[in-house]
Amino acid sequence: MQNLQKLQITASAPDPAILDLPWSIPLAEWPDEVLAALPRGISRHIVRFVRLSGRVIAIKEIGESVAYREFELLRQLRKLEVPSVVPVGVITGRQDAHGERLEAVLVTEHLQFSLPYRALYSQSLQPTTATRLIDALAVLMVRLHLVGFYWGDVSLSNTLFRRDAETFAAYLVDAETGDLHRTLTPGQRAYDLDLARTNIIGELMDLAAGELLDEEVDEVAIGDRLVERYQELWNTLTDEESFASGDRWRVAARIERLNELGFDVGELDITTDIDGTSVRIQPKVVDAGHHSRRLLRLTGLDVQENQARRLLNDLDSYRAATDRQNDDEEFVAHDWLREVYEHTIQSVPRTMRRKLEAAQLFHEILDHRWFISEQAGHDVPMAEAVASYVEHVLQHRPDEKSLLGLAPGEKDPEDVE
Amino acid sequence: MATVTYDHATRLYPGTERPAVDQLDLHIEDGEFLVLVGPSGCGKSTSLRMLAGLEDVNAGSIYIGDRDVTDVQPKDRDIAMVFQNYALYPHMSVADNMGFALKIAGTPKQEIRKRVEEAAAILDLTEYLDRKPKALSGGQRQRVAMGRAIVRQPQVFLMDEPLSNLDAKLRVQTRTQIASLQRRLGVTTVYVTHDQTEALTMGDRIAVLKDGILQQVGTPRDMYDTPANVFVAGFIGSPAMNLATFDVTDGYAKVGAAQVRIDPAVLAKLTPEDKNQIVLGFRPEALDQAEADAPGAFPVEVNIVEELGSDAFVYGSLTGPAAQDAQLTSGAGEGQVIVRVNPRTVPGKGSTIWVTIREGSQHVFSKSTGERLS
Repeated sequence: MQNLQKLQITASAPDPAILDLPWSIPLAEWPDEVLAALPRGISRHIVRFVRLSGRVIAIKEIGESVAYREFELLRQLRKLEVPSVVPVGVITGRQDAHGERLEAVLVTEHLQFSLPYRALYSQSLQPTTATRLIDALAVLMVRLHLVGFYWGDVSLSNTLFRRDAETFAAYLVDAETGDLHRTLTPGQRAYDLDLARTNIIGELMDLAAGELLDEEVDEVAIGDRLVERYQELWNTLTDEESFASGDRWRVAARIERLNELGFDVGELDITTDIDGTSVRIQPKVVDAGHHSRRLLRLTGLDVQENQARRLLNDLDSYRAATDRQNDDEEFVAHDWLREVYEHTIQSVPRTMRRKLEAAQLFHEILDHRWFISEQAGHDVPMAEAVASYVEHVLQHRPDEKSLLGLAPGEKDPEDVE
Repeated sequence: MATVTYDHATRLYPGTERPAVDQLDLHIEDGEFLVLVGPSGCGKSTSLRMLAGLEDVNAGSIYIGDRDVTDVQPKDRDIAMVFQNYALYPHMSVADNMGFALKIAGTPKQEIRKRVEEAAAILDLTEYLDRKPKALSGGQRQRVAMGRAIVRQPQVFLMDEPLSNLDAKLRVQTRTQIASLQRRLGVTTVYVTHDQTEALTMGDRIAVLKDGILQQVGTPRDMYDTPANVFVAGFIGSPAMNLATFDVTDGYAKVGAAQVRIDPAVLAKLTPEDKNQIVLGFRPEALDQAEADAPGAFPVEVNIVEELGSDAFVYGSLTGPAAQDAQLTSGAGEGQVIVRVNPRTVPGKGSTIWVTIREGSQHVFSKSTGERLS
């Protein structure tokens, strides 16, 4: 049957194994043995997760021109270093056994250790989790808008979350309605934000209707929080500020404030008026990932922003504890990596080590150590903390490496008639 | 409900020299279904987004009714972008799925229910209102998305290629549904598409754009019968109009070996820049087969015949000395002429047929400006 169709595959790094998938069958009818999982909830397109050469890919049936467009947009977002899913390719020219044309598909890589928001609660979504998701989404929206991306359909369902120390980092999943511009107009930003607010409140109202939302959660207040967090961050990153020329310390203070928020300043406009009495500054290019870049430079570890912050703090305490303030930072970092970080991770039993990303594991162990040290009234050694963490926390946690959705044949617990 | 007016509205992207939309002047009547159509990059989506408030207007103004909305925030314009968000919520009833945005806006419960019921009646969804969306078919789910826009009772509906992500069958169905629904609701609607068939079948009027400039606005019939220039002539109609350049002598255009009479009143409009040439347009369906010696008949050499049952089309070449320089274009590309023939008497491949342009079906354009002369 396979030879009846003339598949056209457009891919950035084609994997020949992709040819073995049953392209002549409509995606909705793919046999269970091919599938890794099905998505939960109602999607507007048919989506399936499939294991391929040791990784998981997501396949979405969608119109041909839309598929190519989304593929290209996702590629551009990757180049712009915005957190988003990695596009694998577009497949067109599918036909079934009777020669009927089948819909084109867009293939993306499944983001390891990512959590759909519906996976972040077992009983009901807690207010603190909900606000952390919203904060992560606000950061993602600001980053997208900074590079000129209008999303057009921001929602929790179109986003994936990865743990980032005690917070989350958000990734764009669905770019179907998006558009990349040189810069966004205030109207585009406002409309995108308003849509996001409406969609999120809608999603939370839906959870409330299904009794999956903690009763304390005020849906509208959470939607409003997105707008506030977004505006706060956007203003801090882009506002023009002016001061008397004597107050030049304010330039450094502004940069420090942006660093504190996790952004580097790539370009700062500084203008003075003609008589030189006042100075105006405005960041022109800001790049997210201030701490994660610094950690990457020092240790080669590529982790989320808040995880990096946590690791850098631990590196600082290590430096103080070993009295090496005068040594080169790179050397100290190298020793910390070997003696503390890698040693700690490796002392977690291998079978459980991959339930979480290594940096997240390290962060949680540090948290746990602090918690049991406080209970004990003294500093608990690391080895003891690891053992306690594994026994009391980690072994009860689900494996989050590829938390996908419904197993083939499993009934959607939220499936209601 | 309201009219929409673009008054010399211009969008110039920073760093570019040519406006994406150049001084658009367009008045849309209350309750009208207007389709913006053109090839990619023509400015149709930009025009729609200017009305939505998603693109800045660098010069000119836009009015909804009498209100100048040029600098008004998108959410305060009283418009609805239809189909932008049609994720359905599985735990909420169809009624709540349709009305949740009103709930967020603080509309009283009874008012929400009333508007939802009215919308459901129009959309044939009444019996599903208290069911969950899971119970709906694909087409019904689409209608719930329409319902979300309807319950907000906006002044204007905006639709930007809403059918582009549907498969071909659902696209034709939804096309008809949207058009009839819009007529029932009577809400002013601006609809963007690149597909001229969609434009012809849906719009009360069509506005054709090219390179940011409005080429023509009119009813589907106007566009088909009297295209204002060569571009519109070639863009509207399927298969597209045959267009070719010919020399004119003594009131006749030299078409291949033959001569076609052109109305003297039309030829009187030629200017020195036209160098005694015209662009002659004739639709495939405006050609009749004729005897070789019939007045105005010209020969077409048959390359392929496409038989569609109800119709048959000949794809052929003009023959004769003047054919080489005719710069002929049609729906089949360059150098090919398309002729609709009787499907019961189809000519053979390689044969030559003689055709005449039906009386009153000539389209004559200026060679130098491309503007309509006839």
